[in-house]
Amino acid sequence: MSETVKTKAPRNPLFSKKNKKLITDPLTDNNPVTIQVLGICSALAITVQVEQGVVMGGAVLFVLVLGNLIISLLRNLIPSRIRIIVQLVVVAALVIIVNEVLKAFLPDVSEKLSVFVGLIITNCIIMGRFEAFAMANKPWPSVMDAIGNGLGYAGLLILVAVFRELFGSGTLYGFPIFGDYIEGNGLYSLGYVNNNMMILPPMALIIVGVIIWVQRSRNKALIEEY
Amino acid sequence: MKFLEKYLHKMEPHFIKGGKYEKWNPLFETMATFAFTPKLVTTKGTHIRDGVDLKRTMMTVVLAMVPCLLFGIYNTGHWAEVAEAGNRNLDFWANGGAKFMTGLWVVLPIIVVSYGVGLSIEFLFGFLRGHSLHEGFLVSGMLIPLCMPADVPLWMVGVATAFAVIIGKEIFGGTGMNILNIALTARAFLFFAYPTSMSGDKVWMAGDEVDGFTGSTALGDLATFMSDKPTIAGEQVLGNGLEAYANSYSFLDSVLGIIPGSIGETSLIAILIGALILLGTGVGSFRIMASFFIGGYVMGLILNAFGGNEFLDLPAHFHLAIGGFAFGAVFMATDPVTASQTETGKIIYGFLGGFLAIMIRVLNPAYPEGVFLAILFMNVMAPIIDHYVVQGNIKRRLKRVKTT
Repeated sequence: MSETVKTKAPRNPLFSKKNKKLITDPLTDNNPVTIQVLGICSALAITVQVEQGVVMGGAVLFVLVLGNLIISLLRNLIPSRIRIIVQLVVVAALVIIVNEVLKAFLPDVSEKLSVFVGLIITNCIIMGRFEAFAMANKPWPSVMDAIGNGLGYAGLLILVAVFRELFGSGTLYGFPIFGDYIEGNGLYSLGYVNNNMMILPPMALIIVGVIIWVQRSRNKALIEEY
Repeated sequence: MKFLEKYLHKMEPHFIKGGKYEKWNPLFETMATFAFTPKLVTTKGTHIRDGVDLKRTMMTVVLAMVPCLLFGIYNTGHWAEVAEAGNRNLDFWANGGAKFMTGLWVVLPIIVVSYGVGLSIEFLFGFLRGHSLHEGFLVSGMLIPLCMPADVPLWMVGVATAFAVIIGKEIFGGTGMNILNIALTARAFLFFAYPTSMSGDKVWMAGDEVDGFTGSTALGDLATFMSDKPTIAGEQVLGNGLEAYANSYSFLDSVLGIIPGSIGETSLIAILIGALILLGTGVGSFRIMASFFIGGYVMGLILNAFGGNEFLDLPAHFHLAIGGFAFGAVFMATDPVTASQTETGKIIYGFLGGFLAIMIRVLNPAYPEGVFLAILFMNVMAPIIDHYVVQGNIKRRLKRVKTT
């Protein structure tokens, strides 16, 4: 029983097909928001403007990559009974760093995001990746997985925010697209009015729904059997 | 007609499966069934044989809305004239022909936009999914203009119609699958997306208003009674509010419909004529209509009992005649797709709908037109009501089986 033969697993190149798939999958057919329907609450709350979406996406990406790396490095040391607590400590520490950095360098965005930066701690995507991937995989694939999921989340956030900011406020990343709303030039002089509903959270839900609809009608394999 | 039939028969082989224009079958089928009865016959055992198909049901409802439409056009013309003159006391019946034409000039484009946008989207989806055009939009396309304020910009009607048809209906699978009433979805969308064009005191009258003239509706004025500065038609009320209200909008005027409001909703008489057509042909449900009115009346009485200010003290029967209450009860709440299906459920559904409508209207001054919110809410609740009615029935009958 002591003489177990150790077979050395074949070495995977850093960017093997399998590893690349870890990044590309969450971007399309396994998107954390549209397919796994995780992290919806923040996607509804902070997608009014593209800038908030970009910052929030960046923050989640940062927390997810570092968190996945740390958890993956510690995975053999964490007793399984208290693993959730350990994971929480890791996320909380990282989120505090992100929050302080945002407060220092992007105070106005940080103010708009308000509690939602803090709420990254409870973002289901992060805990989900820790539990489902980092606890069982080596550091490098874990980082790849984190980048894929983080980008998938950020990409969807930005996509939703583009629609909401363009039609809700007539701007994109703060630049006026349709003309000045207050002065009433550009499109506004023709009688165009900003759509207030785009600013309300229900519209974010509808836009996410439409994206899911388009995605599933393009790829029939995603439709669940009943 | 014979000629057309022959022509269609000649063309048919090209459009059925395997034909030259197989892809265009939905278009062909739509056009063919527009003129003639469809060739499809139920092959399995049928339970009911009736000539009333979806198209005929829909046409009956559209027919029932014609009195509302005609009166709405005239009323729109009247208030456009009032707004231009800046005088609310113009004789309603004078100068009728010109008023009708003014109204037609305002209302007709809205109808054209609503039908144009809605039918194109329906057609596009029918084409993508390979079925012929569904007739469901015939009614919605007429309801949407009737529940719009006269001054609404046409592009907003188009956007709202597109939103309602795609998000309200096609996402769920098309005609007969929708959870929410299509026309009310369009109205709710506009209400939340462009509040300045859907509420307030500037939108209810077409035409240019004279400076200082306020085109508020009865409900808009009543909503100010909830604040400490009650106004009627822009002038502050100093004495007895109820008396001042009844002077401006008498009960008779509200029943006849000589008050500003959305295009089709003002005249209780025109709506009741429509209701008679719906009930006589068996298209509309009497239970829903009656319980809706009763629900509203009961809520009105409850508010009267509490009292406190003039809006709460407004006699309950006034509530049934003003705003979109009657229009919603007759044409919106009875929509067979979104209403409750069980007979007991219909009574609960209607009663709660009317009850909530008056509650929202009075107690939330931000939404004086609470009817559409109440009906949409009950649309969502209808399946739950049905579920409990059916379960209750099953339980009761099981008990009967056990005891014997």
